[in-house]
Amino acid sequence: MIYLEQTLFKIVDTPIVVEEVSDKVKSRNAGAITVFIGTVRELTKGKKTLSLEYQAYETMAVKKLAQIGDEINEKWPEAIVAITHRVGRLAISDIAVVIAVSSPHRKVAYEANEYAIERIKQIVPIWKKEFWEDGTMWIGDQLENTPYQEGKPSVEESK
Amino acid sequence: MIKVLLFAHLREKAGTDELTVTDQNGINVKELKNLLMNNYDLPQLNQIMTAVNEEFVTDEEIVNDGDTVAFIPPVSGG
Repeated sequence: MIYLEQTLFKIVDTPIVVEEVSDKVKSRNAGAITVFIGTVRELTKGKKTLSLEYQAYETMAVKKLAQIGDEINEKWPEAIVAITHRVGRLAISDIAVVIAVSSPHRKVAYEANEYAIERIKQIVPIWKKEFWEDGTMWIGDQLENTPYQEGKPSVEESK
Repeated sequence: MIKVLLFAHLREKAGTDELTVTDQNGINVKELKNLLMNNYDLPQLNQIMTAVNEEFVTDEEIVNDGDTVAFIPPVSGG
């Protein structure tokens, strides 16, 4: 089971192959697999991004991804989830994250998948640096984007 | 010895990804933040989340020798 957890939740520094993630949640009981592909967007509020760098606290990030998997298993026991997030320098349209969820029926697969991306943005220690023509910035530390209300999650929220 | 990990803008500001703190066994997180801000060129840490041994903690958490403390700026993955 430990081995399985490690492979279901991964941080990688190479391009993500979508089907490798979705294959992990295949099941004879599944009637649906939803796949979320997060990609690098060029324009944010009219500002042009040239490229991005993602940095992770890797060991903790894997634990927190697995925690999201546990939360999903509690809320939707029939769902199977796999998440891979990429770190390092990414170009526009590159895939930053892939979340695959399978379940017997589609509604759970959709809901659990959306839950996973929302939780990633709350509790998983991964940071994005945007590179523009006129500068750079770590997103999350300034007003461009506020992933936490009041600047941080409550400890309760993050557990 | 307490190991302190820095990420994102904190790492860039400090110019290092890791600091070590000695002779502070039993310090709490808030005190550790103040100690580091007084001794290094670091941005304000008061509003920043902390993890000890990879779990989020409050500022009152006690830190012991051998622990790994990480300051976790607001995350922006996904």
